Amino acid sequence: MDRLAFDIAHLLAGSLVLASFMLLYQDRLYAMLNLFALQALLLALSVAWQAHIQGASHLYVTAGIALLFKAILIPLALHRMIERLGIHREVENVVGIGLTMLAGMALVALSMVVMLRVTAEADPLAREDLAFALAVVLLGLLMMVTRRNAVSQVIGFMSMENGLILAATGAKGMPLVVEISVAFSILVALVVVGIFLFRIRERFDTVDIRALDSFRGERR
Amino acid sequence: MALVLDFLIQGVQMALVLLLAPLLTGLVRKVKARLLRRQGASVLQPYRDLLRLARKEVVLAENASWLFRGAPYLIFAATWVAAALVPTFATRLAFSWSADLIALIALLGSARFLLALAGMDVGTSFGGIGSSREVMIASLAEPAMLLIVFTLALLAGATQLSSIAAYVASPELGLRVSLGLALVALVIVAIAENARIPVDNPATHLELTMVHEAMVLEYSGRHLALIELAAALKLFLYVSLIACVFVPWGLAIDEARPMAYVMGALAFGAKLVASGLLLALFETAIAKMRVFRVPEFLGAALMLGLLATLLLFVSRGL
Repeated sequence: MDRLAFDIAHLLAGSLVLASFMLLYQDRLYAMLNLFALQALLLALSVAWQAHIQGASHLYVTAGIALLFKAILIPLALHRMIERLGIHREVENVVGIGLTMLAGMALVALSMVVMLRVTAEADPLAREDLAFALAVVLLGLLMMVTRRNAVSQVIGFMSMENGLILAATGAKGMPLVVEISVAFSILVALVVVGIFLFRIRERFDTVDIRALDSFRGERR
Repeated sequence: MALVLDFLIQGVQMALVLLLAPLLTGLVRKVKARLLRRQGASVLQPYRDLLRLARKEVVLAENASWLFRGAPYLIFAATWVAAALVPTFATRLAFSWSADLIALIALLGSARFLLALAGMDVGTSFGGIGSSREVMIASLAEPAMLLIVFTLALLAGATQLSSIAAYVASPELGLRVSLGLALVALVIVAIAENARIPVDNPATHLELTMVHEAMVLEYSGRHLALIELAAALKLFLYVSLIACVFVPWGLAIDEARPMAYVMGALAFGAKLVASGLLLALFETAIAKMRVFRVPEFLGAALMLGLLATLLLFVSRGL
């Protein structure tokens, strides 16, 4: 394969992981939304580049969906939601940022070790994409675990889904129907999550997850 | 003949770093002043300051030991050697075999160690605060710096600066996301090491959060002149390190034509001015951080370095 084409794919997928780390590092809600939009934009670029290399035209549709839904619609919707919720714009972390970063590093190393070993015979491009995709998914999970604010957990969930799309583009032969339905289910999830956020806010005057814990009597 | 030429280039380089370092500091100060709509002192002011300090008498605290008196000379020597090892306009230096990134870190580390000791020597509280903060910052900046070195070494197959510059300048490099990450990490480390604005304010003596200035508060006369010159040299070193590793274009790599050296010198001058402008712009645009946020800032550099190394492992493992 062309060396430069591979390098550009590497660059885009690598910056996707970097965007995940920036999401993990950021502690202001609006900046997090912008970063999430940036990550979706990078995802769209990465998918479009893959479509160009593989000559697979249906991947352009995937890129377009990522651009439209995740880089524009979802950030705008979340932006309006945060405004209407009128909540604190700073996010509290369960543990400190340094520890979170170290955990993130360990997860990235883990995903590289696992993926590169498992997919020894696959195409280099797909291998790399799978390794990075697993890293993005794990980092999204980590973000959901380490944040107390419900909105940032939603962002973590969405960024996890970015990783899944990246994995799907590397693997050949993912039907378009599946991708479109995944995209729509994400939108549905956003609507459901939005309703839940407003319910939580109405009930507890906050979107801090600790309020739920104490309501259930788990933490005194 | 080649040996003579190498030594000549090395001599020119040693003189060049010593002569140009205050100019870079002066340039940054001038641009910062102009950006704040002040007139600012002339770019030659650091030279005048150094001369004035060198002529003044040294005032020593009563309980200052030999360490306090000896430290400025050692700090200056270590920093000068380190700055003279980084290729500025040509890589054919006589001591290029020892211009190793790890050796550079060790030289700068020993200079910092001496400065921290000297800060605590007299026993004033400011010196102690400065030393403890400096060591805290160093303990985070050095691992990040080592990770950057690992990245470069994995990429170029050497930790020697001339080979790294030759590799980066060659067309076989391609597009590397790791190099971009390492560049950002190195800029963060350079800002922290040189006590520039988000970490420390180089322009004030009267702040509770000062780091570098707190350590050198007790120095005066020629001792202070040497320490200030060493600080200017350190800034110059980091600028030429970034220029040598990440933008080596124009650098005379193993060439014997005189034109190549002239071009190298011109290119280096342009890089120096550009980096001075960028540094001043960055420092004006950003506010100083709380001391306790510095670990997060440097943690980002550490993370970027580690990520760069990991990404490189992926592309090598394929």
